[in-house]
Amino acid sequence: MSQFAINLLFVGASFVLYIGIAIWARAGSTKDFYVAGGGVHPITNGMATAADWMSAASFISMAGILASGGYGASGFLMGWTGGYVILAMLLAPYLRKFGKFTVPDFIGDRFYSNTARFVAIVCLIIASVTYVIGQMTGAGVAFSRFLEVSNTWGIWLAALIVFLYAVFGGMKGITYTQVAQYVVLIVAYTIPAVFIAFQLTGNPIPMFGMFSTHTESGVPLLQKLDDVVSALGFQDYTADVDNKLNMVLFTLSLMVGTAGLPHVIIRFFTVPKVADARWSAGWALVFIALLYLTAPAVGSMARLNLMTTVYPEMAGQVENYDEAAQTPILYEDRPEWFRTWEDTGLITFNDVNNDGRIQFYNDATDYADRGWEGNELTVNNDILVLANPEIANLPGWVIGLIAAGGIAAALSTAAGLLLAISSAISHDLIKTMINPKISEKGEMLAARISMGGAILLATYLGLNPPGFAAQTVALAFGIAGASLFPALMMGIFSTRMNNVGAIAGMLAGLICTLLYIFTYLGWFFIPGTNTLANTPDNWILGISPLSFGAIGAMINFAVAFAVSSVTAKPPQEIRELVESVRYPKGAGVAIDH
Amino acid sequence: MADDKSNAAEYWKANVRLIFGCLVVWAFVSYGCAILFRPILANIPVGGTDLGFWFAQQGSILTFIVLIFFYAWRMNKLDQKFGLGE
Repeated sequence: MSQFAINLLFVGASFVLYIGIAIWARAGSTKDFYVAGGGVHPITNGMATAADWMSAASFISMAGILASGGYGASGFLMGWTGGYVILAMLLAPYLRKFGKFTVPDFIGDRFYSNTARFVAIVCLIIASVTYVIGQMTGAGVAFSRFLEVSNTWGIWLAALIVFLYAVFGGMKGITYTQVAQYVVLIVAYTIPAVFIAFQLTGNPIPMFGMFSTHTESGVPLLQKLDDVVSALGFQDYTADVDNKLNMVLFTLSLMVGTAGLPHVIIRFFTVPKVADARWSAGWALVFIALLYLTAPAVGSMARLNLMTTVYPEMAGQVENYDEAAQTPILYEDRPEWFRTWEDTGLITFNDVNNDGRIQFYNDATDYADRGWEGNELTVNNDILVLANPEIANLPGWVIGLIAAGGIAAALSTAAGLLLAISSAISHDLIKTMINPKISEKGEMLAARISMGGAILLATYLGLNPPGFAAQTVALAFGIAGASLFPALMMGIFSTRMNNVGAIAGMLAGLICTLLYIFTYLGWFFIPGTNTLANTPDNWILGISPLSFGAIGAMINFAVAFAVSSVTAKPPQEIRELVESVRYPKGAGVAIDH
Repeated sequence: MADDKSNAAEYWKANVRLIFGCLVVWAFVSYGCAILFRPILANIPVGGTDLGFWFAQQGSILTFIVLIFFYAWRMNKLDQKFGLGE
């Protein structure tokens, strides 16, 4: 069977599964549509949350980011997992007790203000729309690489599949497809990682293999990697970073951003009890960690594999790396997978010194003495996971599995985001703010239409990605962390926080964060309009625009408390509301509305 | 009613104390061991690198999992003790 047929079989089978679930799990009420009826088991919800959370970027890009960034990229790992600790302790159980359907629901009711509700809706939509574009383009890339269709058809196909289960099943359909998608994506991610870890170190468990001995040279794998990359002028893989403040703030920004992202929070509204929300956060992190603990192993091993593919003599070397660096492979001897990926343009070779060999090194270092005139190879980070099975010579079905896994990761996150967007429109905007008299049936219809509209918008933006599409980390995490997270936390932990304080805080956090991002990344992300060049020298105290969400959150807290302390206390019924969300009793019979 | 109130306030205080303790550990492993104290831990070797690197790419994540389950378990006990569970 050809590779194309195998890929088609795997992806096709996974689609049949998702559509089967969609038919089985149709939504009969708004409660089904928004929170899957509220009866999802905590472990099931943990698995769905893991798929909801792990996006095309986690599946495809993260190992590549780690491979090129080494230790310096650890902030992604800690930030995207540590957020669940604060979510489990500071938000999820209380928001579950509150017992309504959306994040703006809580902010609007707790701060007894439709202005606060509206600010929350706007933040939610900007963050989620930015996020969903990356999922659509990620699905497009996976389809076009593995199913040989154009990018455009790939995106339309992804939209159609999501439409089928999200419009009819709402959160109920999404929950159970996410469970299936989690299984597909984790199997797809783990199998090649196990093979590669076993090939390189003899230890089949990637997270242990990474810290074991590299079989061919007898040197510990990470030390081996340091030796190889430093012989080619790259920074040591395990090298410490100079700017610790920025790394701390970057990690913190991702953590508060993770905890404040509405599509993650609403997953915890689907479990029966408050205690379940806590357990479920733990299970979610277990399922996420299966991938996140494997990713650094995949990153380091794929980097070593790539290096020793180009410099075969480096593999068995113990000390003479300079000599081994003299003989990179001849371009005509490049392996088959190299050729496949050259066709996609994600690997490019340019023989600068015309010697027919591939000199792959960091040309910030001068290697004229080796007869090198510049780096000749560029490898896109994203291919490391996708090309892993081919690099390790794994059978064709593993490649088919990777195709299905990448698509599952993109679709599951897209569906969660689309639900957050559509429920903000149908529930918060239409039902709560515009037409409170709308019937249950009318709201269901509005929810389905909003979902359809959100899918069309995401498809359109996926086909014509705007400038901000690449800024998921800065924009989505920045806004969720600087605006939504502090408001939610203060709404639970402070009985004194009032409407004016919360609104002032959210706006201050949002505006400061956006101003800082725009200064370096361009005003409204229009290329060339940035006020200052986006280089570490220009950053205030060396704080990158991607790390500013944490500062934005601090500004939010400070402004909110300052304004709140000089304005009127919240009314008695709001204090009672805060008291009630703090105590678990009675969440199971949360008021339907 | 007065008893209920003081009981509930007691429960909330215990919860906040527990959260604070958990977050100290959370910050210690991630911002501490993995980032700020890495130079101090540089002499403790772990499989070809140092302890700080291990915390940054493995140890902190494992600790996070333990923290959430620990918190969920302690809170269940608190819920029962104060009769606030479901």
